Amino acid sequence: MSVMERRLIRETSFGLTSKLWQISWIYVVLLCALASVGYVALYSAAGGDPAPYASRHILRFGFGLTLMLSIALVDIRFIARVSWLAYAGGVVLLILVLKMGHGAKGAQRWLDLGGMAWQPSELMKIALVLALAAWFHKASWERMGNPLFLIPPALAVLLPVVLILKEPNLGTAVITGVVGATIFVAAGLRWWKIVLGIGAMGAALPIIYRNLHDYQRQRITTFLNPESDPLGAGYNIIQSKIALGSGGMWGKGFLEGTQGHLNFLPEKQTDFIFTMLAEEFGLVGSLALMGLLLTIVIGGLIMALRCRHQFGRLVALGISMNFFMYILVNLAMVMGAIPVGGVPLPLVSHGGTAMITVMIGFGLLMSVHVHRDVEFGEGRDEI
Amino acid sequence: MKRDTQRTGVFTRRALLIGGAQIAAFGALAAQLYQVQVVQGARYSTLAETNRISARLIAPPRGRLLDRFGVPVAGNKLNWRALLIAEQTSDVAATLENFSSIVPLADHERARIERELRRHRRFIPVTIREFLSWEDMARIEVNAPDLPGILVDVGTTRLYPFGPTLAHIVGYVAPPNDADVAEDTMFALPGMRVGRAGVEKYHDRNLRGRAGAVQLEVNATGRVIRELDRQEGTQGQDIQLTIDSELQKSVLSRLGDESASAVVMDARNGEVLAMVTNPSFDPSLFNSGVSQTQWQEWTKNRRAPLINKAASGLYAPGSTFKMAVALAGLEAKVITAFDTVSCPGYLDFGDRRFHCWSKYGHGSVDLKGGLKYSCDVYFYEVARRTGIDRIAAMSNRLGLGVPLDIELPGTRKGFIPTRGWRIRQGKAWNIGDTIVSGIGQGYMQLTPLSLATYTARLATGRAVQPHLTRSIGGVLQPGAKPEDWPLMGIPERDLHAVRDGMFAVVNETSGTAPLARLPLPTVQMAGKTGSVQVRNVTREQREKGYKSDNLPWEFRPHALFVCFAPYDAPRYAVSLVVEHGNAGAAAAAPIARDIMMDVLNRDPAARRDGPAARVAEVKS
Repeated sequence: MSVMERRLIRETSFGLTSKLWQISWIYVVLLCALASVGYVALYSAAGGDPAPYASRHILRFGFGLTLMLSIALVDIRFIARVSWLAYAGGVVLLILVLKMGHGAKGAQRWLDLGGMAWQPSELMKIALVLALAAWFHKASWERMGNPLFLIPPALAVLLPVVLILKEPNLGTAVITGVVGATIFVAAGLRWWKIVLGIGAMGAALPIIYRNLHDYQRQRITTFLNPESDPLGAGYNIIQSKIALGSGGMWGKGFLEGTQGHLNFLPEKQTDFIFTMLAEEFGLVGSLALMGLLLTIVIGGLIMALRCRHQFGRLVALGISMNFFMYILVNLAMVMGAIPVGGVPLPLVSHGGTAMITVMIGFGLLMSVHVHRDVEFGEGRDEI
Repeated sequence: MKRDTQRTGVFTRRALLIGGAQIAAFGALAAQLYQVQVVQGARYSTLAETNRISARLIAPPRGRLLDRFGVPVAGNKLNWRALLIAEQTSDVAATLENFSSIVPLADHERARIERELRRHRRFIPVTIREFLSWEDMARIEVNAPDLPGILVDVGTTRLYPFGPTLAHIVGYVAPPNDADVAEDTMFALPGMRVGRAGVEKYHDRNLRGRAGAVQLEVNATGRVIRELDRQEGTQGQDIQLTIDSELQKSVLSRLGDESASAVVMDARNGEVLAMVTNPSFDPSLFNSGVSQTQWQEWTKNRRAPLINKAASGLYAPGSTFKMAVALAGLEAKVITAFDTVSCPGYLDFGDRRFHCWSKYGHGSVDLKGGLKYSCDVYFYEVARRTGIDRIAAMSNRLGLGVPLDIELPGTRKGFIPTRGWRIRQGKAWNIGDTIVSGIGQGYMQLTPLSLATYTARLATGRAVQPHLTRSIGGVLQPGAKPEDWPLMGIPERDLHAVRDGMFAVVNETSGTAPLARLPLPTVQMAGKTGSVQVRNVTREQREKGYKSDNLPWEFRPHALFVCFAPYDAPRYAVSLVVEHGNAGAAAAAPIARDIMMDVLNRDPAARRDGPAARVAEVKS
């Protein structure tokens, strides 16, 4: 490292005030804008009433924002040190949820902690990002070519994926797998291995399908032909498409959506919140929302690119990928492009713990951003 | 350092690649969104409207039936009922069980409810119980939380203020069956009724009206949010009958306990003023479904209360048929009014002897005498000379044995035999059959209604048709004026001869029906008796001094009487059949006289008091 470069690297610790200055306030404003969209949507979902969803939503966001800013100030190197601890904690919670959790529709997903019901799988995804980033932080390009080096992180991905599948929660398991795989790719996995991995997944699909629960298979069948059972499993997809389509270009107007307000649209305050907005604000409104979401995703990616250390880069990429996957699955689901699964639209859908886990993720992202230039023992422990 | 930059370079390239993939994915989503929201937007908009809007039918009130003075004889009254909407309860059986513990349901009611639940779609309300009392309604409302899907609403039900008095004319309504629902979906609505008998059935299309429709905004569970549009249906039309309900009531009471029927007709235009059948039944019982016991009681009763004897009861006309025979003979010119026939008390033809009702005979009788004494031998001879086919042709012209154009489903046309009919049966027509037909016996069978029509035609010479409808929805129907009916083309001289005979029957000494004489100084009635045996009287019985009074009820002869008045300006025609009443002169004539007195006093055909005045009179 040259002297010049060394000068650019900040001191190992710097003051609280300067850290606050380093926070990307534009990004915070974007998140606030997204939460406001959530407020508007939930206000409408309750039939033009802040209670019961919208007011609680904004309170939670306030709490989540505080949490995010607090995490942003935590030194990224400290976070790196406790990554594997977080991972271990996540796995323990996943096992706990299988043993004593509760849930709906034959799935155990929720765990009562601190008076709230949590989905450990949500926390697990963040912990997995941290753990993989910590593992690959020190990995040189040569080392990435060593298959033996790749086995532990691969197992680290597989363990939570299997546990989440056992809940069962296909949607989150797939997101977890994709987020993990993205970090492998970004860390410098060789292309032929990437191709091989995708090929292996493709080959495994029939086996996975055979091991799915009936209701999951039902969803896939229904997805392929929603009209086959319009009042049963296909109902959600059909009604969602009707809501989107009847919204048209300009929408039916705020609080004027018939599909949502007459309850034809299922779970409109959670999974189908986007549909409700699209019905009321039309294609114009929904594209604007998608633009905001994409800005937040790409903003995370830019933070990753601006980071000087591999850990931060991988964490930022993983977090923004996780956020992106939420959006992708949720939007594709409400448009009837993929089978329905309980994946909310982050910061817009009603749901307390999901919002807090998302905000924890953004806190880590912001911490990466704040500490993007810190000296982080890179390459010190080469093998 | 080289390694580090290499690793950073790989990350940057791959991160950009991932970012590109993310943007591409968003692009794909946006394209899909455009496809759904804009390209297929119109189709989905329609579907959203279909979701949102539920069209429901509103039952129109059924039209009323009024008598000729505007008095309602079939109306509607409010009916509080409990309905069940299957889709609003998770467990239909449990809801019914709970309901049953509050308002007990009989097994046949449960069976009906289950049948209707199967037949209708889940959002169509099914009637659980009608005619709820205030007490039951209160109990249902209090227990509403245990009765999901149950709602109490008010509909209308058919009300028959005159009950049994007009049952056979008005008929009755009953819940619609599958065929009715297939014809008009309106009948799927709860509480709808369809005419099943009488005028209710005949004029059902006018009475039922057309269903209105209301467009409602509903939510996903079917709850109504608001009304978007309403198209009022057309109320059923009121129909005014020719019946005088007060006269009807009065005639019924005069029949007393007899199993009998009487028809009072305006002889000039065929308007039926009263058509009474005794015994009768309460038509409102059909409204809610007739119980098994009630049904058996009706069907096993040998006086057959459910049968409209006036229009559907068949009787041999007996001596009341003699006017037709006389007219046939006159027209065929085989007799004149003054030709005489000698009656020794019997007529021998071939090896058969045909008895006159008087075994002493009537001596030399002409047409007037034949009718006056009801001499059988005279008419045996006239019939023999005329032949059955000419008698049948004349009877048909007089309204006998032909379909009558009356608004009562199930009306029988009766039967007049002909030679051809017998031959089609593969048998020979004997002159003996013609001779017996001359006194209205043998194969022929006629209804009291056709006898009244026949009497009216004899009285006026016009081919009047009996009818019951005066106006529909306020529009007067044709047929109210005498000129609406063509003359029969029978010479007035012939008719006069026959009427003269009928006058003698009632008003001259030794006529057969002196009991029918009107106690009025200026108005006279003309009539004819008839008694028909319901089983053959053997010679043995006859010689022993046969007395029908001693027979069991069901073997006694029927007593008939037909008449019209005033004699010089015929206005009213009456026919009367008293089943197993013995002699027409003794049993039927006095009743017929009282009925005619009653009719003349009321004079319903001439009175023109407005309906409103009459209604007010009834109410006060």
